[in-house]
Amino acid sequence: MAGAGKGAVDKVLAAVIGTGQTKHTTKRDDVSIAGLCREAADRALDDAGMTWTDIDAVVVGKAPDLFEGVMMPELSMAEALGAVGKPLLRVHTAGSVGGSTAIVATSLVQAGIHQRVLTLAFEKQSESNAMWALSIPMPFSMPVHAGAGGYFAPHVRSYIRRSGAPTHVGAMVAAKDRRNGAKNPLAHLHQPDITVEKVQESMMLWDPIRFDETCPSSDGACAMVLVDENTADAHVSAGKGPAAWIHATAMRTEPTMFAGRDQVNPLAGREAAKALWEQAGITDPLEEIDVAEIYVPFSWFEPMWLENLGFVPEGDGWKLTESGETDLGGKLPINVSGGVLSSNPIGASGMIRFAEAAKQILGRCGEYQVEGARKALGHAYGGGSQFFAMWVVAADKPGV
Amino acid sequence: MIVTPVRLDYEYSVSESETTFLTEVQRGRILGQRCPACAKVYVPARASCPTDGVFLGEFVELPDRGIVTTFCVVNVPFLGQKIEPPYVAAYVLLDGADIAFQHLILGCPADEVRMGMKIEAVWKPEAEWTTSMENIDHFRPTGEPDVDFETFAGHL
Amino acid sequence: MRSVAVVGFAQAPNVRRTTGTANGVEMLVPIAHELYAQTGLEKRDIGFFCSGSSDYIAGRAFSFVMAVDAIGAWPPINESHVEMDAAWALYEAWVKLQTGEIDTALVYGFGKSSGSDLRRVLSLQLDPYYLAPLWPDSVSLAALQCRLGLDAGKWGEKDMAEVVARSRADARSNPNAQLSGDPTADDLLGEPYLADPLRRHDCAPITDGAAGVVLVAGERANEIRDTPAWITGFEHRIDAQNLGARDLTTAPSASSAAVAAGVDGASVAELHAPFSHQELILREAMGLGGEVRINPSGGPLCANPMFAAGLIRIGEAARRVWDGDAAKVVAHATSGPCLQQNLVCVMEAG
Repeated sequence: MAGAGKGAVDKVLAAVIGTGQTKHTTKRDDVSIAGLCREAADRALDDAGMTWTDIDAVVVGKAPDLFEGVMMPELSMAEALGAVGKPLLRVHTAGSVGGSTAIVATSLVQAGIHQRVLTLAFEKQSESNAMWALSIPMPFSMPVHAGAGGYFAPHVRSYIRRSGAPTHVGAMVAAKDRRNGAKNPLAHLHQPDITVEKVQESMMLWDPIRFDETCPSSDGACAMVLVDENTADAHVSAGKGPAAWIHATAMRTEPTMFAGRDQVNPLAGREAAKALWEQAGITDPLEEIDVAEIYVPFSWFEPMWLENLGFVPEGDGWKLTESGETDLGGKLPINVSGGVLSSNPIGASGMIRFAEAAKQILGRCGEYQVEGARKALGHAYGGGSQFFAMWVVAADKPGV
Repeated sequence: MIVTPVRLDYEYSVSESETTFLTEVQRGRILGQRCPACAKVYVPARASCPTDGVFLGEFVELPDRGIVTTFCVVNVPFLGQKIEPPYVAAYVLLDGADIAFQHLILGCPADEVRMGMKIEAVWKPEAEWTTSMENIDHFRPTGEPDVDFETFAGHL
Repeated sequence: MRSVAVVGFAQAPNVRRTTGTANGVEMLVPIAHELYAQTGLEKRDIGFFCSGSSDYIAGRAFSFVMAVDAIGAWPPINESHVEMDAAWALYEAWVKLQTGEIDTALVYGFGKSSGSDLRRVLSLQLDPYYLAPLWPDSVSLAALQCRLGLDAGKWGEKDMAEVVARSRADARSNPNAQLSGDPTADDLLGEPYLADPLRRHDCAPITDGAAGVVLVAGERANEIRDTPAWITGFEHRIDAQNLGARDLTTAPSASSAAVAAGVDGASVAELHAPFSHQELILREAMGLGGEVRINPSGGPLCANPMFAAGLIRIGEAARRVWDGDAAKVVAHATSGPCLQQNLVCVMEAG
């Protein structure tokens, strides 16, 4: 039973042919947890022109179960998820989970194990209390923890200090993402009239992060239908719609805290991006990527991730943001769906980024469509900026 | 809509290293612990070195003074919060430690706290000491000049 | 399918209560070192790490994150986690090996059940609107399942006692087992009920524990083991949870996973049956005849570290192949109440 060595394996090409999301909002009191998931999944299947019987396997992702007060909710939702009699996996990699879940689903197709996989990520965090779950005081320690914002704010301060960025950059990102979110009917927050000045006047939550620079807490779900090359080719030939071909995926992790750790520009993120661009055959991301959906829950993460992802050299992220080139119409539109700043069902947000990147390729973004987008980045991060998951999707097959 | 209370009780246990640390903090001493592989001094003492995946070794006593590397000012109230906002949550790098930990800064207005500011611990009265980092009520500025950014830039 | 083999397996001593932390670091550091020693691999040789664990067992959100410290994730690693028994983490790693992106994987699982009331915690796995608020605990649900089987004549209390007696006796040669002994079936039938018709010994013990497994693709496996345990079938399926809507005396997902994985001809099966009657259900569901030796390790009735027990079944079965005791083995893992979700891994000597 001698096996094949590295590089002798042919990966099956995988593609996204449909996505679906719920309208993200503070509290969905009109649906159960299963209902929330069904809504996104039904929409993804419709978008793909498929039905539940077409699906071979289901891959679910979400963040800590304390956000709903249900242990492994996918178990009691097996029927709702169309998974009875099928394989069901549940991924949990903290905030990056939506992304890593999509990557696990992609692997199933690439490995030739399944041809049609439904992947879904969700959070119905109004059922429990997310801020509480993120800040549970640990015995024996000083209870200074104040949620995700409290964790990241000191590192945002470090970025501002290191880069010399002017303080209005954070407000610019917030205003941009909220204005663009208003073009996305599914986004939680719609603030078409928001301005940089309004953001700067909003209350400081965790100095230096202001209220308007902070993501909302949302209930929401996102689903995608991933298929193999044959299925995608047939889908396209039958005139059912385009396919968003998955060119590359990458995941990297580093510890939360260690002596000498760079919390602002983590190596795990830089290495994931490097592996991603290499796999995708991309040598100049700023030129070759037409649109990017990156995980920005606090506005300053836009310039920080621009550097971490290698779009610009370290220290220059804020310059690209300040120049306006990350808005619609710019050189590298970022988070034109409104991003995490407009909708944040924690377990779903990573998949929403991956799905919005695919939607740009599929031409399904309506008012926030980037014209002629042929190559897009989806990015997610989680934990203490320590888990990274990302993918590149494109209108053409790799090597074309 | 129904609210269903969920109540579960958990017994929380720290590692042996942390037990040693907490036993000493109850005596007013702060112990760091050195990794036998990378030689970095971690404080509070902890089970393993996160980069090397080995148990930590030698205990090192550390002074209760150091600097603020970075910080934020918490304004927002939330369920389960123990300290009343606004408060300064800072990363404290003790002299001789290779990693900062989070604690509270008091003793000056929040907007006067700076990265690189020299600080010292203010302990609760000895009679109140238990096995907890809360024995240090907060850190306050010592009044000495701030340290250069370069000296702590690698800890951000 | 690419040839992938299990070449390393290590577990922590299975005990009723550790004094360590809920994130298992104290158990996992030695496990990682033992795996590297067993296989001759180093941390930097591992292409992918994947773990299985549960926040509700640990009693805190993001509990798996602290466990990442045990493996020394620096320089940054390719890593993932499932909120499932680590047997499914192994599955995720196996899938990644199939893509050709990596050639080696290290998978681990852990659970400190002693930190809470496990029976009560597991109630939270149930439908949150209709069932969980009644707090039906895991032992009671298994007892209802057992009652259904007894009343239908599918098995008797003596059959259950024989499962336990055999398991305890086999566990005597397992240095990692928590419980072992020499009770006869009659001794056991003399014990009082815990949750009629289940007696205490019909239920897996509460165990704190952890385990790790190493997978390698291709020829390299032969460099590590004389007889690697090649994975020739790896399948999992899930049934509806609704306890009133399915026949609890059967396990359809175990049947379909077993058929798809190809269990025929196996001489040893390690089954993750935390209740004695569930072993009887699984034997029938998976088509394992009387010639198949079940749980030579003693099985979960002698040690059941939550979220690692399924992975341990795979490791224990693999060992039989390494030791030349069996040419084809089956390992099974389960998740959810009353055998709701089932995974089957078939391994063979080359």
